Amino acid sequence: MANLIIPTPLRKFTGGAATFSADTPTVGALLQALAEAHPGLQPHVYDADGALRHFIRVYVGDEDIEALDGVATALEHNTEVSIIPAIAGGTSDPS
Amino acid sequence: MNDLLTFELEPWKVVEAEALRAFPNECCGFLFGQMTEHGRHFTEAMPVENAQTGDQRRRFAIDQRDYLRAERHALASGTTLLGIYHSHPRHPAVPSIHDLRVALPFFSYLIASTYPDRVERVRSWQLNEAGRFFEEPIQIPSHG
Repeated sequence: MANLIIPTPLRKFTGGAATFSADTPTVGALLQALAEAHPGLQPHVYDADGALRHFIRVYVGDEDIEALDGVATALEHNTEVSIIPAIAGGTSDPS
Repeated sequence: MNDLLTFELEPWKVVEAEALRAFPNECCGFLFGQMTEHGRHFTEAMPVENAQTGDQRRRFAIDQRDYLRAERHALASGTTLLGIYHSHPRHPAVPSIHDLRVALPFFSYLIASTYPDRVERVRSWQLNEAGRFFEEPIQIPSHG
């Protein structure tokens, strides 16, 4: 059973739940299970082509899945998976 | 009526101190607390390094591993990651086009307008359903 941490901006689509657990073999299957359980999340996780949206990252433990096997990364029992949104910004003009 | 943001003194002081410490660069960090009947109550600030490569005087970025650490901290401490703070050196505490471009719903985006000798003003903004920022009223804690 993998445990997924849902970032707070997306919790309004999970009824306030902070985590989601499912017994799935891969990261991709876990994310699919999440999106099926909470359909409102779908457009915030996947783009129109069904790929992960470019401004979110998915980590397994402390590793970005891009450095592992992507959505095919295998999950073991009690693995922690996190969805991480990009956080950035700044002023408009040069100082 | 927008929700009211209230602060413990400590996180408010951390935001002001970090904004001054980082000047002329932008500082950034996380804000934790609880949803309340009337709005949001902030109990803790977690400063993180500005991970922006290049000119940090007008840009900030937060490392993904710092975000991971923040969500883990919230779960472990029974709080909620409610917002992000950053500073605008020599600029108003108003979101820029860069702030809007990557803003997420739900988060309170606290911005500290900062000059060499003072934090002139701190304002908070949240994204609405239409993808525009609205200002959240802040009750500034007494500095005792």
